[in-house]
Amino acid sequence: MSSSSKQKEIQQQFQEQMDEKELLNCMRCGFCLPSCPTYIESGQQETHSPRGRIALMKAVRDGVIEPDEDVEHSLNLCLGCRACEPVCPSGVKYGQLLEDARDIIQQHKKQSFPVKLMRRVVFKGLFPSQSRMRQVASFLRFYQTSGLQTAARKTRILKVLPSHLQLMEQALPKVPPQKKKRLNEYKAIGQAKKRVAFFTGCLMDTVFSNTNKATIHLLQLAGCDVIVPPIQTCCGALHGHSGEKDQAKQLAKRNIEAFEETDADAIVMNAGGCGAFLSDYGHLLQDDPDFQKRSKAFSQKITDISSILVELEFHRRVPLVLPAQVITYQDSCHLRNGMNVQQAPRVLMKAIQGVTFKEMKDAGRCCGSAGIYNILQPDMSMQILDHKMTEASNTAAAAIVTSNPGCQLQMAAGVKKAGHISSMRAIHLADFLLEAVQYGKKASSS
Amino acid sequence: MLDSEFSNQLKEIVGASNVQDSKADRLAYSYDATPNFQQMPDAIVTPRTAEEVQQIVKLCASYKVPIVPRGSGTNLCAGTCPTQGGLVILFTRMNQLLEIDEENLTATVQPGLITQELIHQVEEKGLFYPPDPSSMKISTLGGNINENSGGLRGLKYGVTRDYVLGLEVVLPNGDIIKTGGKLAKDVAGYDMTRLFVGSEGTLGIVTEAVLKLLPLPETKQTMLCLYESLEEAATSVSAIIAERIIPATLEFMDQPTLEVVEDFANIGLPTDVQAVLLIEQDGNPEAVSRDIQKIAEVCEQHGAKSVKIAHSEEEASALLTARRSALSALARLSPTTILEDATVPRSEIANMVRAIEDIARKYEVNICTFGHAGDGNLHPTCATDARNEEEMKRVEAAFQAIFEKAVALGGTITGEHGVGLMKAPYLELKVKKEGIAAMKAIKQALDPANIMNPDKVFGKASRKRVVVS
Repeated sequence: MSSSSKQKEIQQQFQEQMDEKELLNCMRCGFCLPSCPTYIESGQQETHSPRGRIALMKAVRDGVIEPDEDVEHSLNLCLGCRACEPVCPSGVKYGQLLEDARDIIQQHKKQSFPVKLMRRVVFKGLFPSQSRMRQVASFLRFYQTSGLQTAARKTRILKVLPSHLQLMEQALPKVPPQKKKRLNEYKAIGQAKKRVAFFTGCLMDTVFSNTNKATIHLLQLAGCDVIVPPIQTCCGALHGHSGEKDQAKQLAKRNIEAFEETDADAIVMNAGGCGAFLSDYGHLLQDDPDFQKRSKAFSQKITDISSILVELEFHRRVPLVLPAQVITYQDSCHLRNGMNVQQAPRVLMKAIQGVTFKEMKDAGRCCGSAGIYNILQPDMSMQILDHKMTEASNTAAAAIVTSNPGCQLQMAAGVKKAGHISSMRAIHLADFLLEAVQYGKKASSS
Repeated sequence: MLDSEFSNQLKEIVGASNVQDSKADRLAYSYDATPNFQQMPDAIVTPRTAEEVQQIVKLCASYKVPIVPRGSGTNLCAGTCPTQGGLVILFTRMNQLLEIDEENLTATVQPGLITQELIHQVEEKGLFYPPDPSSMKISTLGGNINENSGGLRGLKYGVTRDYVLGLEVVLPNGDIIKTGGKLAKDVAGYDMTRLFVGSEGTLGIVTEAVLKLLPLPETKQTMLCLYESLEEAATSVSAIIAERIIPATLEFMDQPTLEVVEDFANIGLPTDVQAVLLIEQDGNPEAVSRDIQKIAEVCEQHGAKSVKIAHSEEEASALLTARRSALSALARLSPTTILEDATVPRSEIANMVRAIEDIARKYEVNICTFGHAGDGNLHPTCATDARNEEEMKRVEAAFQAIFEKAVALGGTITGEHGVGLMKAPYLELKVKKEGIAAMKAIKQALDPANIMNPDKVFGKASRKRVVVS
């Protein structure tokens, strides 16, 4: 297909599928500009701002410009952090517009065979299948523990990787052993106040499975009976953000069905990236008659671990203590901007005795991880990370606490890159809280 | 399309990486915050020094290429929409705060500096730069100067014009001139500084400015007065001033505005009253609390059903931030949001509010009103749909009537947004034929080739608000 006829098709699909009302809702006041990391990092280029991107989408839709490489680059360089949404007085749903536009462009993309294969393997083969995720995680663990990692680093074979991937290889946490069986239900410790279902996530349940264990334990301590539906799957966020919307819909339906059976009061998750996407199922499936209502009901139940802990006054009832140290927090963009959860993690951290919470400047600005953005757009991602680390270093924190695995990996990479490995670490809020519970127990018994 | 010879020379001046001309880039600089105006420039250029600006201007003069200086594109009069194409000049590389002079109480800035950044920096030193347009988080000082921007503190402290002491300007012929300086008094010749402030980029390009600073007021207090009718709120405004009290801020919001603002800000604004006044006073603690108490009494006498005083600085700042979001929040209501800023002498505010209500009813259009009531500067905002031609005609007629009424009350067609392209057809209403002739004579003298932001201020006589494409 010639590129001009391809562009015409994209344009037509923009006309048919992009939400004109939402595009018009942007009145171009520019209030979003200072919140946009790529606008700032690009030296204030309008094409790399939310207002500019919406104008480009609208112009493609209206036939004013063609969806050429520059338009695509502008959309690709967007982190999808959605920091523009809470500051938009008109309430433009930018994240949805971006996903819709990317989806249309992706459908018309002529990809080289290796890229196509890679996308198929990752999006269709890997993430939706927990057993395959476990296999990959097991391989990673084998790589880390068998001496292969040491050997690979010694022989410098990793040098063939681009520098940002080398950094990521080093930042990966030690992968725990991959177990197949997990209980389906965990009883509250003490009196049960709530019955919740736990969304395990794919990455969280493999590479970060210790964080999931910690989360479940915290929920039990907070007085929750925790149900873990065994047939749940990947949330589909990576698919949705990468223009694989159909795949995302399939995954969404499987999750809705899995959780409907539990009849829980809330569906708790511990990864901001998943949470925001799960909260958007209502929009994703709005045109599906079978799932229209069910997806909305599902989305309404999505709750971050920090919110439910605060709601149940976990921090007031369970002693939380740690040795004296300064800590800081890196917001998960999707938790903050997609789910509007900002205060709860901070309330919990501030409740830990011995800990001094110091806010870093622009804590709410994206760290540059953004799903797989750090792999696809390494230059911008690393530039953002360097600025983030400057702010983090200024707090002299011993721990950068996060609420999402991508952020945690990126911050770990940042700590490594900034040379702070001996004095600073990146850790998930759930793991950090569990440390405080355990230390608190030890402190009170001794 | 630009002549390739022109393009090459431009790249020689600023370096190829500082010239953008892809379609996506051109589209992204085809608009500002004004609805229904859009036109692509031929290229976008980002100079780093006044000398580069000078060379660009000379080049444009010899090729007769239009130049549109642009800050962050937040203006509301289509002032930076490049209606005749040409070059858009950005100041993102000329964005430094050059100096804060604590002895002369001045700040020297480059045009690309963000307004709020300046405000933060001077406040850290116990100083104060009062002009605070609602877009100050992203607006640039160059933009503020060219549009003579107002803001919430205009009532007591005046507008941008009152804080510009000196300018460095590149004229359309390429000369660089310096006007004014760090001087409280200076009558050496015409007041060129004031001429360039608010000239909307039609007379030259500001490349540096000396701004006046004040000592930061010791304290401030903020209050919200709730009303069951618009008119009671409006009469309270004149009554407060008549009591010889000038609050720093005296803002007005009607019920529909309150509703959308609360929808966005979630700070517990009342949505079940017809209007509120948001009032702030600053100064020394005793005077502030005395004024606030007096204002409360006056408002209650004039029908305020309740008066709430903010208990913390956070609460106060949340109220002001919410007010600043009013225009964009109104965009929630409909696909197109058209905002005007007809302004009257403050004693006429109640008459104007009443007239706006009558006009909205007569032309059957949905108009919400908020604004800087204290300085007579209202923002009647029409929630409409640009795709509905018939309704747009009624909107046009309603605004024409509002402008006529404002002028009849001794007011003006625009208090702080500027004429640009949007209000050019109405300029004559305010300044008359002779006024336009005098302005055109100045324009002609400084920019005979008409390359500086053409079409703006005077427009083309008969043009009404239409989509330019």
